[in-house]
Amino acid sequence: MRSDYVIKRVLFALVTVWVAITLNFLLFRTLPGNAVSALRCRACTEQFKEAQIKELGLDESKWTQYKLYVQDLAHGNLGNSLTTEGPVWDEIKPALKNTLPMIILGTGFSIIFGILAGVIASWRRGTWVDRGNMWVSLAFYSMPPQWLGLMLIFFVATAVGLPQSGLASPDLGVLSSPSFAEYWSDRLQHMILPALTLGLVLYGDYTLIVRSAMLETLGEDYVLTARAKGLSNWAIVWKHGLRNALLPIVTLVALSLGFIIGGTFTIEYVFSYPGVGYETVQAIDRRDYPVLQGIFLLLTMSVILFNLIADLLYFKLDPRVTS
Amino acid sequence: MSLDQPLQSAEGLELGTTPEDAAGLGAGRRPSFIRQAVITQPQAIVGLAILGFFVLVALVGPALLSQDPKTKVGPVFGHPSAEWPLGLDGGGANMIPLLIAGARVSLEVGFLAALVAMFIGGSVGLASGFFGGRIDTVLMRFTDYILVIPDIPLMVMAAALFGRSLRNIIIIIGIIYWTSTARLIRAQVLSVRERVYVKRSRSLGAGNNRLIFKHILPQVAPLLIANMVLMVALAIFAETFIAFLGLGDPSAISWGKLIENAFTDHAVLNDAWWAILWPGVCVTLVILACTMVGQSMEDALNPRLRVGHLSVNRFRVRVLPRKPPKP
Repeated sequence: MRSDYVIKRVLFALVTVWVAITLNFLLFRTLPGNAVSALRCRACTEQFKEAQIKELGLDESKWTQYKLYVQDLAHGNLGNSLTTEGPVWDEIKPALKNTLPMIILGTGFSIIFGILAGVIASWRRGTWVDRGNMWVSLAFYSMPPQWLGLMLIFFVATAVGLPQSGLASPDLGVLSSPSFAEYWSDRLQHMILPALTLGLVLYGDYTLIVRSAMLETLGEDYVLTARAKGLSNWAIVWKHGLRNALLPIVTLVALSLGFIIGGTFTIEYVFSYPGVGYETVQAIDRRDYPVLQGIFLLLTMSVILFNLIADLLYFKLDPRVTS
Repeated sequence: MSLDQPLQSAEGLELGTTPEDAAGLGAGRRPSFIRQAVITQPQAIVGLAILGFFVLVALVGPALLSQDPKTKVGPVFGHPSAEWPLGLDGGGANMIPLLIAGARVSLEVGFLAALVAMFIGGSVGLASGFFGGRIDTVLMRFTDYILVIPDIPLMVMAAALFGRSLRNIIIIIGIIYWTSTARLIRAQVLSVRERVYVKRSRSLGAGNNRLIFKHILPQVAPLLIANMVLMVALAIFAETFIAFLGLGDPSAISWGKLIENAFTDHAVLNDAWWAILWPGVCVTLVILACTMVGQSMEDALNPRLRVGHLSVNRFRVRVLPRKPPKP
């Protein structure tokens, strides 16, 4: 039973990976014209384009192209960027390094405050605290991330004195090399607003999830028992309530990764934060399809992986789930 | 199961719900029940009012505009003043007509994309739930694979490759957002299929077409409509996203496009907050209203969903695994 479930989930993930790869191939190769003809860059002469078509195998049959694509992927080769001509992975890697801390900061913020607010709301359900919190969460839930980011730039950034764009101050390290602390405090300052935008949008989601999961748990018999035993409110809410409510929360947070990634597209664009999202926008602008394809594949893979982890984690946390 | 099955027995839309524990709602009472549930919930009334206002603006507004909303009437990024209460945009056009024109495009995209999603998701869900067996397995497997692929990146890629016209954007959003609907409808169909009157009709010799369109679809329709209202919100959200990345229809003025235009016209450098604030407020209000109305309707139709979540829609999560029945 146990290994059965694990094998099933892993198989599912593997097949999904294959579906994603095929979809990725189909999306990019069934275009009217082809990836090269739409290319926009200064060095893109006719000869260059022809060479690219040869190199990418675009003159072969679709089936051969597909086999080539899968073979390349199996060797970890995402292809070459059409504009810089370097490997796609070299384009993505630095961007990924910038994005990850920002995402972690933002998501961490929303998890902490989402759980706090959700627990308080569920405990005080029906009161003005609950209702107010509900409206605030719903409002954040409804806001387009790019708009929220711009609002933060207009109304918060200058008021608080936080930088509005970029990864680091341009004047840092011009005259002298910055110390470790200086460097990271500068990086952190640039990270705060994008992370806060992401965090606030997610905060709405998470609060609503935590609240409803908590409401469900607080209605269980063992919570009633805990109350009858005379346990303190603190113990009831945190030990009996939240611990059990964490189960759906953990999976939903893991599953929200797809949304988080989507959010970074516009958020990083707004703040000119050179991460994966910004890179995507640039690649779209330049019609650099190999890079786009690589980013999309990478993002899909990580979402599939997290889905798998969530599934297995759920199983670990709640052995009752076997079907 | 009688026709007047009490609503309390309405349960589960989980993955793999068995017909017995899935929804068993009263057939005849449902429409009035929705109306009541929506009217008695304050958030639904507020939502309906907001939505009604914007729909009215979208329908009537553009006809009342005397000139092209993009016409330059004053300085670039003119401050809000008595003459232009909401200010001017980066092309010196008055924000109010722009917002009115945007209402039509945004709502149109939202509504039509939701319609596409409903149509695909509804058909897949109906076929899957009604025919069962191998068709069900194949369709639901496929749905599950698509569900896992992150929607926004997929949408952005598709828009980058095929987009830049309203029609393409509507189709792309619709094609990507049908999956959660298919799951929801399938679960509902599974329960309806097993009801006595359907079985009776089947044994009286009713064909599949008659069963589906006469007996099952009417039962599923309210849930489909509730889901569609939520989907409109999702689609409008998606449209602002696509437009902001510069992948929108260049000739259509949508709220998302207004935000993008102001941003690329350097509204930030000009400190022209009004050119971005108002389109965003409109988007937020409409999404909020759709969410409130759709949510109230779903709650009314299926109390079990009250603990299923708003976010389930956005994250397109397969609904949480079922708890074992209590002894």
